[in-house]
Amino acid sequence: MDQRHFDLQLSHLKERLLLMAARAEALINTAIEAVRTKDAAMAEHIFALDREIDRMEIDIENEAIALMALHQPMGGDLRFLVGAIKINNDLERIGDHGVNIAQSALKLAGEPDITPLVDIPQMSELALAMLRDSLESFIAGDYEKAREVCRRDDQVDSLKRHVLVKLSMIMGEKPETIGRGIELILVSRNLERIADLATNISEETIYIVQAKVIKHRFEDSQ
Amino acid sequence: MSSAPLSPDGPGRNRFEISKLDLFYGDFQALKSVEMSVRDRMITALIGPSGCGKSTLLRCLNRMNDLIHGTRIQGKVLLDGQDIYHASTDVTNLRKRVGMVFQRPNPFPLSLYNNVVYGLRVAGVHSRKELDEIVERSLRAAWLWDVVSDRLDHSALELPLDQQQRLCVARLLAVQPEVILMDEPCSALDPIATMKIEELMLELKKEYTIIIVTHNMQQAARVSDFTGYMLLGEMIEFGGTKDIFTRPSNKLTDDYITGKYG
Repeated sequence: MDQRHFDLQLSHLKERLLLMAARAEALINTAIEAVRTKDAAMAEHIFALDREIDRMEIDIENEAIALMALHQPMGGDLRFLVGAIKINNDLERIGDHGVNIAQSALKLAGEPDITPLVDIPQMSELALAMLRDSLESFIAGDYEKAREVCRRDDQVDSLKRHVLVKLSMIMGEKPETIGRGIELILVSRNLERIADLATNISEETIYIVQAKVIKHRFEDSQ
Repeated sequence: MSSAPLSPDGPGRNRFEISKLDLFYGDFQALKSVEMSVRDRMITALIGPSGCGKSTLLRCLNRMNDLIHGTRIQGKVLLDGQDIYHASTDVTNLRKRVGMVFQRPNPFPLSLYNNVVYGLRVAGVHSRKELDEIVERSLRAAWLWDVVSDRLDHSALELPLDQQQRLCVARLLAVQPEVILMDEPCSALDPIATMKIEELMLELKKEYTIIIVTHNMQQAARVSDFTGYMLLGEMIEFGGTKDIFTRPSNKLTDDYITGKYG
């Protein structure tokens, strides 16, 4: 008896979260691609992808609740299941931000560019790398990596500020670009929130592995 | 693990079908119109407060209640479609098919080897080679072989309690039962020994149908696929364990599993 039956069930839950994260990442990539290429059909496809993620969220939540009810986990197992429920919710929210981005993509479809898209694809790359690394740290229980992901959030925030300043200037000069400019600002705002959610996942990982609460800069005040 | 909750109406073959089962000890009615089905190669748990009838119900399944004077039964208990209370039932054969593990380990005061082969010898198996093979196979299936293979001639009573209990399981497996009844199999064991028996049950269900009576509600939650909650001789609720412990449909069940009653 090398491994408890319960451990297999926990591993299974982990695998399902990983799969959901992969779907969320693919959804965001597609949404940004739809913004970049102004592809309305691609944007429409996002809504179906999001419904699948929503279903996964419900299944994973039910599974985690059942494991709690049936096994009364303690210590690390309990932290893992509570963390898994939160991460599940974070991933579902990431899907919703992808939907928001797709809605902006639909509004931008067929409209000319107001500026070449440079910062937004870069934000997307950074945010998705954070998401991937946060999930990897969760799966491996690697709290050092999780802390490193949290530190990267500042880069995404600063890019978002840069996007805002740049687009504000363009909109000030050319009022006809305001509608499109606002959509792009919303896209950057959604990407910034995705990076925040990846940060949450990393914070959950640190809680699971080290039983330390670092969110809300709580650790600094200790 | 499947994410879909198990349901008594879902796919799968039933071994036992119990309908309108009443049992009286003299004037006292211990079971009241119990309905339950037992799915093949699954673990079915019976829970409920002391005196609710769960052990009585378990003992109906291999007619152990026949041994209690003044017992009267009405209703049907079908095993693979055959009424086990029909006059033509060979009760010895029934108890071979439907074996039982008791609350306290009850090895015979014999060597480990002779414990395992006891039933086989009674059944007329005497080939040493055949017996050796069955001993090894049964002890392996009960996760005991690696621990005791070098001292099969030692007395079974020398073993720690959880190993005695696993020996009783091995003794049962030696006669190749189809269904294993377990009546509080861990109540004499500490938590680590309990976990070993629970893991063993999860392994055994790949080949055997298991029905367990337990006072320990958490144990039912951890190991079983189906759970029946009994109270005062009645089956209050029967369903998939996941459902029973996360969203029971009966208020009485909810009161019991949340500790408000019982």
